[in-house]
Amino acid sequence: MKQKPVIEMQNIGKGFPGVVALNAVSIECYSGEIHALVGENGAGKSTLIKILSGVIQPDSGRITLDGEAVSFKHPLESLNAGISVIYQEFSLLPDRSVAQNIFLGRELTHRGILQNAQMNAQTRKILDMFVGGKKIDPETPLSSLDVASQQMVEIAKAISLNSKVLVMDEPTAALNEAECQELFESVEMLRDRGTAIIYITHRMREVTRLADKVTVLKDGEIAARFNSMPAPEDIVRAMVGRDITQFYAPFASPEEISQQVLCVKGGANASIHNINFSLHAGEILGIAGIQGAGRNALAMAIFGHIPFTQGEVTLLGNKVHLTNPRQAIAAGIGLLPGDRKSEGLTLKQSIRDNAMLSSRALAGIFSSHKANKYIDLAGIDLLLDKMEVKAPSYDYEIQNLSGGNQQKAIVARALSLNPKVLIFIEPTRGIDVNTKASIYQLMRDLARKGTGIIMISSDLPEVVGVSDRVLVMHEGTIAAEFSSGAQEADIMLAATGEMGAVA
Amino acid sequence: MNSLVTFARRYTSINWANINPVYFVLAALIVAIILNNPNFIEPTGYMNFLKRAAPLAILAAGQLYVIVSGGFDLSVGSMITLVVVGSSMLTNNDPAATMWVIPVMFGMGALVGLINGMVVCYLRVPSLITTLGMMITLNGFAFLWSGGAPRGYLPDTFRFFGRVSYKDIPLIHMLPVALIVLVVVGLILYWLMHKTNLGRMIHAIGDNPNTAKLAGVSVNQARISAFIVSSLSAVVAGILLGGFAGVSTSVGVGYELQAITAAVLGGAVLLGGRGSVPATIAGALTLMAIFTLLNFLGMPQPVRQIVQGLILIAAVALTMRRKGKHANS
Repeated sequence: MKQKPVIEMQNIGKGFPGVVALNAVSIECYSGEIHALVGENGAGKSTLIKILSGVIQPDSGRITLDGEAVSFKHPLESLNAGISVIYQEFSLLPDRSVAQNIFLGRELTHRGILQNAQMNAQTRKILDMFVGGKKIDPETPLSSLDVASQQMVEIAKAISLNSKVLVMDEPTAALNEAECQELFESVEMLRDRGTAIIYITHRMREVTRLADKVTVLKDGEIAARFNSMPAPEDIVRAMVGRDITQFYAPFASPEEISQQVLCVKGGANASIHNINFSLHAGEILGIAGIQGAGRNALAMAIFGHIPFTQGEVTLLGNKVHLTNPRQAIAAGIGLLPGDRKSEGLTLKQSIRDNAMLSSRALAGIFSSHKANKYIDLAGIDLLLDKMEVKAPSYDYEIQNLSGGNQQKAIVARALSLNPKVLIFIEPTRGIDVNTKASIYQLMRDLARKGTGIIMISSDLPEVVGVSDRVLVMHEGTIAAEFSSGAQEADIMLAATGEMGAVA
Repeated sequence: MNSLVTFARRYTSINWANINPVYFVLAALIVAIILNNPNFIEPTGYMNFLKRAAPLAILAAGQLYVIVSGGFDLSVGSMITLVVVGSSMLTNNDPAATMWVIPVMFGMGALVGLINGMVVCYLRVPSLITTLGMMITLNGFAFLWSGGAPRGYLPDTFRFFGRVSYKDIPLIHMLPVALIVLVVVGLILYWLMHKTNLGRMIHAIGDNPNTAKLAGVSVNQARISAFIVSSLSAVVAGILLGGFAGVSTSVGVGYELQAITAAVLGGAVLLGGRGSVPATIAGALTLMAIFTLLNFLGMPQPVRQIVQGLILIAAVALTMRRKGKHANS
């Protein structure tokens, strides 16, 4: 390969208040090549891609496309220049048809009249290039397609735009096994057509299956670069920056697990049914399952946000009927929401205000904001110090912090009330690897002190590495239970409902 | 060592960019007024200015509660009218009646705030619509109560708050009662917003109601409280205005928008989550200073409206810009 790279990013630097997101990062991709960009959450992958597509501007560095220096001020500019980005959240309109989405903003017209038939036909042609595309009708509204098909439409859109560069940000996050295979074939098909593909993932299997080259990002810097496929262990070591065995805290010993703190019998509501399980002090109970299996619904039912309509909940030996989060918190349950931005944070408020939110909420409206019966400002500062929240000051607006530091502030919020049961939903999503390890350690420390912990996670290695016991949910109910040391593959089978035949 | 650095960072540096620009604008306007009318330096000049600005300042500080909680309260202008008209009907020229009429007005204000808040919380009607409806409704009540021709008189005991100034006070010569009311109410509203949990809760629900609910905040309690504070501040403003503006069914017209403009001038973020009581009061004074200046410059009355409209847009645009600078991607 003597030709020039299609896309080249050189010495890209980007800082946000209080954090360096990217430091002198360079990456290039040739035509007909799949370049895997790997790294833990928070390593800077998304920031790099946002810079490439013009969503944000770099502080330093340069980008060249086909040998020409470019600088995109807006995503449309990069799109028109031939760079398509498929984000984890799709940028498609749910109520428009497949063809309308593909031709969005550049509809085919004849004397001002839309040429629907022509657009549908062209869409058909593009979709037929994929194995899985044949089953998609160009005229169906997007919302009636499953996630995999929607992704296919995103890829089809990139093809119809004749993109030179395609960036895919963790495309398999929401796909099942068969859908992943179809996706891989589509990606390879695109590569063979000469597209330069930057493929972001943190799954080793996909890297070894697809990539021609690998760049590993860690903490905003290039940790390693491989021009041919290395051993997966080498990639993981570069990603994690430490030996993987120390990453997770050790499991609880049998003595550490004591009395039952929470028990649900026959729990059910509109989205979950027949829920039976118990949680003991000192244990971390992992809950696995695919999206929509009812994991979040279960957490929200326990927490009283969307309460159980049937069944019995026993908390610390008392029967309870919790109908809102306030009651649940007062009763000794803490929750770390899965979607930090929309459920966990008040972005415009300070770190302290975010951390004090629950204790203040429960303390009564006329008491001082500085101290309440649960904790005071000095106490919350101490807690934040202990969790090593990195910020210029705790008066700083929390929106300027990295995801990991934000998460720690939310953990501090829950801890300030000394909960007996703690529910972590996706505790490490979007968090850098060192913070991840410290959150695992923290969870274990809390368990040792007698807290019962429920962890809901889509990250299977995390579920396996952290949980003393694993429940697997499928279609709104608990489909299987594993003790610590379960195999990822077995959990996956139970989560996809393919274990039914075995059991 | 590290903690020392953190400590130093936490408590020392005065950052001029962090000072709310409304204070600079207000200072500049006051200088401009003085240049136009040197009498303004005299106590009678600025004290009368503060007296006239007091109702709007109090109203804006109350409005701020609803704005920070993520809503609007358009009903306060009509509330002022209702207070003035209702008080004149109830007192019925009896000076002794003031004693019980004022508590009745506060009761009425609390009730209106409660209804506004409950409609927004439980019937899930957006606050803009709820309070727009309440604005029209209260206006109707005011007309109905007065039969369209309000008795043009309030007893002096009632007008005491808005009209009277203490004279012959050393240094400042005169001290309007309205200013005392402004200082007292301002301090209470400052304390409630910035020194109690209620204020933090109102910030939280305006910033992100989902987060607030999941963190255990009684979202409805905080929201209803905000509406009640706003309505009560309208009662205070009404009592002051009754003191020097006289009785009419149009006394409160336009005040709701002036209050919102003042809050926005003070840097409050529309749609919630951020705002300061002192800055809002400064915003109200700024707005009044602009009106005063236009008056001195001999501008006709409609120019006020034009300027106020442009200020509202410009202030929001400025707030968005300031926010954009700090915001993360």
